Amino acid sequence: MKTILRTLLPAVALAFAAAAPAQTLRIGLAEDPDALDPTTARTFVGRIVFAALCDKLVDVDEKLNIVPQLATSWEWSADNKVLTMKLRDGVVFHDGEKFDAAAVKFNIERHKTLQGSNRSGELRPVTSIDVVDPLTVRFNLAAPFSPLMAALADRAGMMVSPKAAQAAGANFAARPVCAGPYRFVERVAQDRIVFERFPQYWDKGAVNFERITYTPVPDATVRLANLKSGQFDFIERVASSDIAGLKNDNRFKVTRITEIGYQGITINIGKSDKAQANPLGKDARVREAFELSLDREGIVQVVMDGEATVGNQWVAPNNAFYAKGLPPPKRDIAKAKALLQQAGVPNPSFTLMTPTTSDAQKIAQVVQAMAKEAGFDVKIQATEFATSLNLADKGDFEAYVLAWSGRADPDGNIYSFVGCKQPLNYAGICQPEIDEQLNAARTASNLAARQKAYEQVAARVLKERPIVYLYHRNWLYAYNAKLSGIRSIPDGLLRVQGLKLN
Amino acid sequence: MLEYLFKRLATIVPTLVFVSMLIFGLQQLLPGDPAMILAGEDQDPALIAHLRAKLHLDEPLPVRYAYWIGGVLQGDLGESVRTQQPVLDLIVQKLPVTIELALLAMAVALLIGIPAGIVAAVGRDTPWDYGATVFALSGLSMPNFWLGILMILLFSVQLGWLPASGYVSPAEDLRANLAAMVMPAIVLGTGIAAVLMRHMRSAMLQVLSADYVRTARAKGLSERVVVLRHALRNALTPVITLGALELGTLLSGAVLTEQVFTIPGFGKLIIDAVFNRDYAVVQGVVLVTATAYIVLNLLADLAYFAVNPRLRH
Amino acid sequence: MAAVLPSPLTAPPRPRAGPWRLALRRLLRRRAAMVGLAVVLFFVALALFAPWIAPHDPVATSWGAVRKAPSAAYWFGTDELGRDVLSRVIWGTQASLLAGVVSVGISLLLGVPIGLAAGFLGGWVDGLVSRITDAFLACPFLILAIALAAFLGPSLSNAMIAIGISATPIFVRLTRGQVLSVKVEDYVEAARAVGNPPWRIALRHVLPNVTAPLIVQSTLAIAAAVIAEASLSFLGLGQQPPAPSWGSMLNTAKNYMDNAPWMAIWPGLSIFLLVLAFNLLGDGLRDALDPRQR
Repeated sequence: MKTILRTLLPAVALAFAAAAPAQTLRIGLAEDPDALDPTTARTFVGRIVFAALCDKLVDVDEKLNIVPQLATSWEWSADNKVLTMKLRDGVVFHDGEKFDAAAVKFNIERHKTLQGSNRSGELRPVTSIDVVDPLTVRFNLAAPFSPLMAALADRAGMMVSPKAAQAAGANFAARPVCAGPYRFVERVAQDRIVFERFPQYWDKGAVNFERITYTPVPDATVRLANLKSGQFDFIERVASSDIAGLKNDNRFKVTRITEIGYQGITINIGKSDKAQANPLGKDARVREAFELSLDREGIVQVVMDGEATVGNQWVAPNNAFYAKGLPPPKRDIAKAKALLQQAGVPNPSFTLMTPTTSDAQKIAQVVQAMAKEAGFDVKIQATEFATSLNLADKGDFEAYVLAWSGRADPDGNIYSFVGCKQPLNYAGICQPEIDEQLNAARTASNLAARQKAYEQVAARVLKERPIVYLYHRNWLYAYNAKLSGIRSIPDGLLRVQGLKLN
Repeated sequence: MLEYLFKRLATIVPTLVFVSMLIFGLQQLLPGDPAMILAGEDQDPALIAHLRAKLHLDEPLPVRYAYWIGGVLQGDLGESVRTQQPVLDLIVQKLPVTIELALLAMAVALLIGIPAGIVAAVGRDTPWDYGATVFALSGLSMPNFWLGILMILLFSVQLGWLPASGYVSPAEDLRANLAAMVMPAIVLGTGIAAVLMRHMRSAMLQVLSADYVRTARAKGLSERVVVLRHALRNALTPVITLGALELGTLLSGAVLTEQVFTIPGFGKLIIDAVFNRDYAVVQGVVLVTATAYIVLNLLADLAYFAVNPRLRH
Repeated sequence: MAAVLPSPLTAPPRPRAGPWRLALRRLLRRRAAMVGLAVVLFFVALALFAPWIAPHDPVATSWGAVRKAPSAAYWFGTDELGRDVLSRVIWGTQASLLAGVVSVGISLLLGVPIGLAAGFLGGWVDGLVSRITDAFLACPFLILAIALAAFLGPSLSNAMIAIGISATPIFVRLTRGQVLSVKVEDYVEAARAVGNPPWRIALRHVLPNVTAPLIVQSTLAIAAAVIAEASLSFLGLGQQPPAPSWGSMLNTAKNYMDNAPWMAIWPGLSIFLLVLAFNLLGDGLRDALDPRQR
């Protein structure tokens, strides 16, 4: 009887599902997004939702090249201080307003000036923006700034309807109006976000679903259970330990993409007095010994079940800006011990501040065991994430397990972290030569020049080790095998254009 | 009775004041800088400064408390800094969900607890008693997030009978709504069932040895009639009033159950807000649920007095 | 030569057993409570003899044995870092028992004196204490515990303090209630009339009568505290790795329920058995000490 029920029920359920035309794409998210206003938005998961709601001036493709979206072409002036963009014709916002250069000007100025904006830092180099004609806009920069295109491929390039933004004022996030393939229907906090197809979308051929619902389910096991029981068609951030089980289930497919971010351990080498009080912070040889005591492949295997790529820089080895001359070192306990002898501290001890997320805790325990063999005594100090941020900012730590979600342009992965006195420079490193090269990479416009600058930065950073980079995670998607059109774009955001349920 | 009512009402105000100070103080105690955690991963200094000003973080504690309480007294519970939604809106959105879950859990608790209590009392000191006791106490002894995940794995993944998580409003689809609430209601209800069962048992035992029951037996009425018709009615009273109190606790949010089953009720709202340092949300929601709890308490006590004339003095 | 049979008239009277003795006898007769007691003692033994009983080092990682199913080498299987689940469960008993007992100990240490003071002194002291206690009880217990634990920092000892403080109001209310009902008894009135200072009355006459419900509540509170520690660990605020505790083991195990269910089953089962045992014991105590059943 039970087997009959077991086979009948899914069939019945499927029949019902097929009756309602496969028109709603149901997506399971790992968190609840924050405010749905591109100007104030602050979370990674919010960007996943924006991908369906708000089109941007430009986008990135699988190789992280900048490609057109609302802008069709662009060119820099000879001195690289003026960016002229040609806009797509015939685009309208969800409320019917026309998208034109005036709208772009409004949006950029809103990003720069709105109280509570999180985009002002990204757009600081843009001093002014001019409307040349309804379909041409001109950005004026104070100095050349290559990462600008990548910023415009993210939230800083998202365009909202000026009329709606002005009317709603501070409450824009309650009912966002953009120009993406789907428009906002409703949002119930922590329950669901519902979008419906926007019939006047400029690329309407690529839009195959009538509705999309995003449902946050923080527990990975439950999220996967929802996929398996048919409640979701697509889930993001599958737990690496669940991948093996999914491989044998041909109802579902798995996509893995190397992220543009990284997982690493930040070491306090100059943020506060604690740096000098601790051998790890004081002596670069101790840090080198620490790095040599780690088996990155082993860490990837145990912590991520192999679903990550070993790395030792802020970009992954397959990235164009990776310094190929500095590959990840292999574990070498003998050399580590020798270095410690040289430094005069055969058994250094330090506290590793670890956020209470499961990945961070696993890393900390593995690192503790591995480093022990070289003589290190690693004490794990579990700290709630919110608290750990504050402590890191004050320099009240010795080492800190910290990941970064990544930005399309390498500048976003390194400038704020090793630039002198920058907001995310928890290590407290400050070398004028590094700053010089970081700025050179920002102002240089051709690839070769930028690569060279970053190579110089890498040489110094890898020697000083303010951050010991460990690996680059795989973005793991799991979805209904009948869903086609999933693109492997390294920023980990699902593009809904082109998705189809067969 | 009226005098009693007024006396109790007079105590509600100072209690609520203490509740507000307690929950405000606890939030402020939380370590870390809320502006930093709310600023997201980019940590833009301009944004952090703006948030600090907006949340009055650089003002002394009593001033911040005054800002908040002033707003509350005017009906403004503040807004969630994370999603920019007014706290009052969030509460109104989630109240029906929490109430529905609480009522369903209560129903489960009554369905298990009352019969178990009767069985235990009538079959006192027999295996029926022990069996019912262990059965009811089992519900209380299991961490509900563990039970929840086990149930999801069995009923959603293995058998596919019920949805793994989420919530559908009853107005939209009553069937789906009940399907989604079954497991969380059971997980929550079994815990309370034990408490109800114990009280039902002791109330029944007390009543069963009372004079009027002996009289009924002496009159020759069957045991079943004695139990169901005479004893039960009187034993139910204290149990019902206790049930009202447990309802109050349920309303405070079945924090972990909602987390596991992703039911968008108060519990999940509060937990996420604590970890995101979204002060206004925690303070506002706890204030509202504490008020509800206190009011329910008062109603339960009044009901107890109304039903039990011997206690009126 | 005729045997002298004891007759009720000539036999010396049997000494009346005291109320505690009677209660103990009733308790011993309740089978469920005895089972509970046995299970509790079993776990206490596990905790005390862990270093000798556990087959492996609970924190020894083994990269080759990650998430292995139960086998002869690892009776309960291994966890995500290759550690023996059985050894971790045995060692984890210490953390869970401590969490239960210390938390309740804190609640008693804080709650009973306050309750005594409030009940005995009455007046504005009682009013103030009652209002504050009501305020605490109106806030969800877990929220209080989480806020306190987050404030103190994630660790087992801080979780115990947080749970202990959050549970104090219950003991305050319980003690105060008992004091109020005992205060009007004749022997207390008599003691006061004779001129005993309040503290002596409190200690000598009131406290012994409060003990019975306190014992009952304590055993039930220990059960709740064990679950509360598991809940806090589930949220990342209890015992931190690599030290084992059943709650933090469940927290890690929930990510692997599908492919390594043994990681969750054994700690979950242990929590269940220990908590059930305390609940049965508390229930039995309540019945045994219940004055209505004398």
